Amino acid sequence: MVPLDHVIGLSAVLFTIGVVGVATRRNLIVMLMSIELMLNAVNLAFIGFNRMWPGEPGAIALDGQVFVLMVIAVAAAEVAVGLGIVISMFRNRDSVDVEVVSLLRW
Amino acid sequence: MVNESSDPLLRWIPLLPLLAAIFHGVMIGVVRRATPRWLVIALSCGTVAGSFLLSCVVFASLAGLPDGATLVDGLYTWIGAGVGELRFNAELRFRLDALSSVMTLVVTGVGLLIHVYSIGYMDDDHRDDKGFQRFFCYLNLFTFSMLMLVLGDNLVLMFLGWEGVGLCSYLLIGFWYSDRFNAYCGSKAFIVNRIGDFGFLVGIFLLFGALASAGAPTVDFAEIRASFGLISEMTVPAPFWGPEWRLVDLIGLCFFVGACGKSAQLPLYVWLPDAMAGPTPVSALIHAATMVTAGVYMVSRLSFLYAAAPVASAVVAWVGALTALFAATIAIAQTDIKKVLAYSTVSQLGYMFLAAGCAGYTGAVFHLVTHAFFKALLFLAAGSVILAMHHEQDIRKMGGLRRRIWQTHAVFLIGVLAISGIPPLSGFFSKDEILVAAWTAHVPGHLWLYAIGLVTAGITSFYMWRLYFVVFWGESRASHHVREQIREQPPVVVNPLWVLAALACLGGAIGFPQVYGDALGIERSHSLNNFLGGLFPVVEHHLAHSTEYAMALAAIGMAGAGFGIAYLCYVARPELPVRAAAALKVPYQLLLEKYYVDELYDALIVRPLVKLSDVVLFRGIDAGLIDGVAVNGTARGVRGLAAHGLKYLQSGFTQSYVFLMIVGAVAILGYLLR
Repeated sequence: MVPLDHVIGLSAVLFTIGVVGVATRRNLIVMLMSIELMLNAVNLAFIGFNRMWPGEPGAIALDGQVFVLMVIAVAAAEVAVGLGIVISMFRNRDSVDVEVVSLLRW
Repeated sequence: MVNESSDPLLRWIPLLPLLAAIFHGVMIGVVRRATPRWLVIALSCGTVAGSFLLSCVVFASLAGLPDGATLVDGLYTWIGAGVGELRFNAELRFRLDALSSVMTLVVTGVGLLIHVYSIGYMDDDHRDDKGFQRFFCYLNLFTFSMLMLVLGDNLVLMFLGWEGVGLCSYLLIGFWYSDRFNAYCGSKAFIVNRIGDFGFLVGIFLLFGALASAGAPTVDFAEIRASFGLISEMTVPAPFWGPEWRLVDLIGLCFFVGACGKSAQLPLYVWLPDAMAGPTPVSALIHAATMVTAGVYMVSRLSFLYAAAPVASAVVAWVGALTALFAATIAIAQTDIKKVLAYSTVSQLGYMFLAAGCAGYTGAVFHLVTHAFFKALLFLAAGSVILAMHHEQDIRKMGGLRRRIWQTHAVFLIGVLAISGIPPLSGFFSKDEILVAAWTAHVPGHLWLYAIGLVTAGITSFYMWRLYFVVFWGESRASHHVREQIREQPPVVVNPLWVLAALACLGGAIGFPQVYGDALGIERSHSLNNFLGGLFPVVEHHLAHSTEYAMALAAIGMAGAGFGIAYLCYVARPELPVRAAAALKVPYQLLLEKYYVDELYDALIVRPLVKLSDVVLFRGIDAGLIDGVAVNGTARGVRGLAAHGLKYLQSGFTQSYVFLMIVGAVAILGYLLR
């Protein structure tokens, strides 16, 4: 059985990659992908914790897994909206660089 | 409480008028369609008549019980809070004892007559049909409140009625509200009463607090009386001077402040003369016969408290006597028929407090009853005069009415005879009893009190006869047009007057003094005293019969002198008052302008208060602090902050947002994991 440390370690690594990706890349599509990476890192952590926690006696602990399903559903919706924004942005500006869209400021 | 028996009829006495009031209110406020007048009349007068009949029934059953018995009718616990030592319990319960049964009979009996009279009086009022119903709605509501006040079994219930009658008084004074002055008078009455109500409330709090600290928390009259011994010797640190106050004195004074407001005593009497802005039946019912006597009723109800509070009693007596004299002198110079009667009411109420302060509670209640009869009669007769004169109230424009409206003249004359204390009419006996009470009282300066009472009796006689002569004798001074149309009012107006006149004549019989009873061989002739006797603390005094006869003769002499001077001045030699006024310019002006008390209050209290409200409260706190600093200041602060700093955060670069978000997330994480 894989120890919890490994699962959490992998999750942390994936999450950090996601964070760095969002913070450093300017391509909107890559940024969205990085966000997905972070979400899935969290999902991984949920699964790991779910396995470790046996739950109430006589019952099967499913909380973590249910949460993951929720996150996947939300991520799917988010991607649908995000990609829609990306497409509309590309149509208007011929670019997916976030530096290009900076009108909304003081 | 051995002598308590339950009687479920009691609740219907106040409830009947309330039901009619609710019906009228719903018709006016919700249905908003004109109700036929016959229905309004049938409901209003019918319910009050029902209350009167019920009052008679329960009075009869009470009279059949042994002395000191009471009837009670508990509905439910109105307010219940706490347990044990910290218990507060206010029951919705009615109690009929001798005192409240007398009051109930007066309220419903005189009230019924005035309701009937109002049918005719308000019929003249053709402003709109809803006004007619509104009037009867308020009148019924008033009757309900007054009965709650009288029948309530505890102080809280009494306070409910107390506030209820104040509200109805306000509503009815400002009944013709489209005239700004009337609305102003209503507000004045309400505000001045509020000062008194404050004293009443503080009195309740003090009394309840003292009883609770003594281990008997209660507001119920019978229970207060039973456990009163626990607190009668308590003292409290003085708020102003002196070593210590007796708590009962303080409580008595607080309650008396309430009585001063409601019963128009010095220095809170100023609202009552202005209350004459209301329709005349209202003046008769509320501002002469019933509501203004609530203070007297309250002091009598708490007589056990005042008996143990000599300082408070002395204050009551002295304030009463001074008010009686003060108001009577003002009444001399007034020219508005209702104003004369209003100041006369203030003066007579002073008499009642004089009696109550001198421990003559029976005398106070007796005068309350007879006053209700003859003052209601005088007001209603004045209303009849006013109707005949086409709403003219200035007595200088009347005169010579005695042949034109002989019925009104006759009943008015009876009222004048009664109030000026001519035997054997009712006013003579009740006033005499008060003077005897003052003579024998254990109050500092009681002989001065007697002297003031006697002089006031003379002044009362003078101004009442003046009013009578000026209005009914001499030549008519009305305009030709008005003079043509003076005629007697319909029977619905005149007949209640005759009933009241009969009561004013014969009402004295309920308090026929023992001294005459002895002379005529009647045992226990003072039936009111026998009936009420058990309720009030007994003050032993022995007075030789000859002294009592001398005092009665002195009172009759004063009344006769008042009559003589009035006859001389206003019938025999009409030029005398004019010359007297010219010779005594300053005192006359002082009386005519009511001692400038209104102006004094205006300068000392009203205007500084308005100034304070305007400068400090309105411009300082409302406009300056709340609007300026709190509302606009916040908005201006946010705007400044945003313009000079926060806006730079909104860079438009997605990357910097992401960076800030990460910093924020790490900061929160750092805080949670610290």
